[in-house]
Amino acid sequence: MSTAVKHDDFQLPVMSGYAKESYDLCKAHKLSFQRCAKCKTFRQPPRPLCNKCHSFETEWAPVKGTGKLYAWTIPMNPIGKAWVSYMPYVAAIVELDEGPRMATWVTDVPHDQLKLNMPVKVWYDDLTSEVTVAKFKPA
Amino acid sequence: MADPRALRDKTCVVGIGETAYTRGTTKNPLQLSMEASLAAVNDAGIKPSQIDGVVLPNGHNGGATAGDYAANFGIDDLYYTASYPEMGGAQIVSAMEGAVMALASGICTYVLVPHCSYFYTGARARDMTANPANALQSAETIRDYYRPFGVGAPPQHYAWMAQRHMALYGTTQEQLGAVAVAMRKHAQLHPNAVMRGKPMTMADYMASKWITWPYKLLDCSLETDGAGAFIMTTAERAKDCRQKPVHVSGIASGHPFPPHDIPNRPDILRIGLDFSAPRAYAMAGVKPSDIDFAEIYDCFTGQTILQIEGAGFCKKGEGGPFCENGNIELGGTLPVNTHGGLLSQAHNTSMNHVIEAVAQLRGGCDERQVKDAELGVVTGWGGHGHGSIAILRS
Ligand SMILES: [Zn+2]
Repeated sequence: MSTAVKHDDFQLPVMSGYAKESYDLCKAHKLSFQRCAKCKTFRQPPRPLCNKCHSFETEWAPVKGTGKLYAWTIPMNPIGKAWVSYMPYVAAIVELDEGPRMATWVTDVPHDQLKLNMPVKVWYDDLTSEVTVAKFKPA
Repeated sequence: MADPRALRDKTCVVGIGETAYTRGTTKNPLQLSMEASLAAVNDAGIKPSQIDGVVLPNGHNGGATAGDYAANFGIDDLYYTASYPEMGGAQIVSAMEGAVMALASGICTYVLVPHCSYFYTGARARDMTANPANALQSAETIRDYYRPFGVGAPPQHYAWMAQRHMALYGTTQEQLGAVAVAMRKHAQLHPNAVMRGKPMTMADYMASKWITWPYKLLDCSLETDGAGAFIMTTAERAKDCRQKPVHVSGIASGHPFPPHDIPNRPDILRIGLDFSAPRAYAMAGVKPSDIDFAEIYDCFTGQTILQIEGAGFCKKGEGGPFCENGNIELGGTLPVNTHGGLLSQAHNTSMNHVIEAVAQLRGGCDERQVKDAELGVVTGWGGHGHGSIAILRS
């Protein structure tokens, strides 16, 4: 199940601005989240202003890549033909140990063994030569 | 600062109008919108040209622009127009809130709130939610951070909430099903319900195909075409209108925090309605146990349960059991969606919920009438969980 996905018809992010910075770090296999450079509050999804100290200063903070399963759904009706061959997949919210959460997949686990808060660790799926995404499997 | 409680019962809904709800139509949204709006104007017993405010829930996507109403109705001096696209499906009740303010402030005398849904014949929801051009604040987040993981349609984002509710509180598939079954029962009693004549049992529900676990096909609202509209004026002027006025006792809009991303909220089950409902009850001076019926934005069964909790009808986590044993059906403790809702009447973005609440409070809903109905709640849900609520009084 952790076989890297290769597909021309994937629904890819628009590679500009913060999204490009974020996915470029994924491409380097360094999952990172935007953070306030002053008070270190995470801003996910990325945005210009820190909602705690209102600083415009940002930095990209790498994370260890370990976390826990916060919520999931298992799509079985495709939102586009690109997804048909991957169904059913576990589209999850994972909470990183450092705090931020992200939409992702949890792979390599039978669906009846999915559990709230189960520990997971990152792996990288190079979708295209441009875009790599971070996915997770049981830790 | 002015006290919002001063708005209690100051304005009324005095006219309602609705087209037939269908799956497929030869009419365009402009025609449907005009048809419903003219019906609402006639219901109120006023002249179309007396409208001096047009509050468009979804701006140009709602079937017609304010300029179209001015041109078609002969409004040669339109005082006020506004729209609430950022609220997503909560936009109808938020538009009512805008109309309340426009009337109570004295800027307008008669306000039209129209809306057309073209979900069957027009663009699919999945294509609209991820397109930033539609002005949904969450669209870029969906496009750049969810869709690369095959999460792009509302049932998928919202299934996260349903799954977590089930895991934390023990909410069951059958409890989700009880919501769908109740809505379908009510639709059998409404002459303008798409699912009238198509009854559904719990066994039918359990046998329906998976869309995105834990949501089945019958957990999801309909994709239909059709328009509706309502007319509002001040409580003083309402006395001279044709119909028994329905007062807006309390109204409020709220937002989950942060609004544009579900995963990074401290608690994904804390929804906009959790913020807005206490303000609306305070404005109305009533409590949830005073309410006779509720028209809840039932885009999906799990979101209906979350809003039943958010509107204060039970505690957080107790919404599943609350929906069992006919408790939300006509004759139960709290009849919910007496018209069949988005799940079984039609998806008109809760315009149909407002219209049904007004009809119930006027009385005369025949076999689906809630006995002695005096107070009703209407909610809106949209974007990624914005929540608006109106408390209406006969
Ligand atoms: Zn800061």
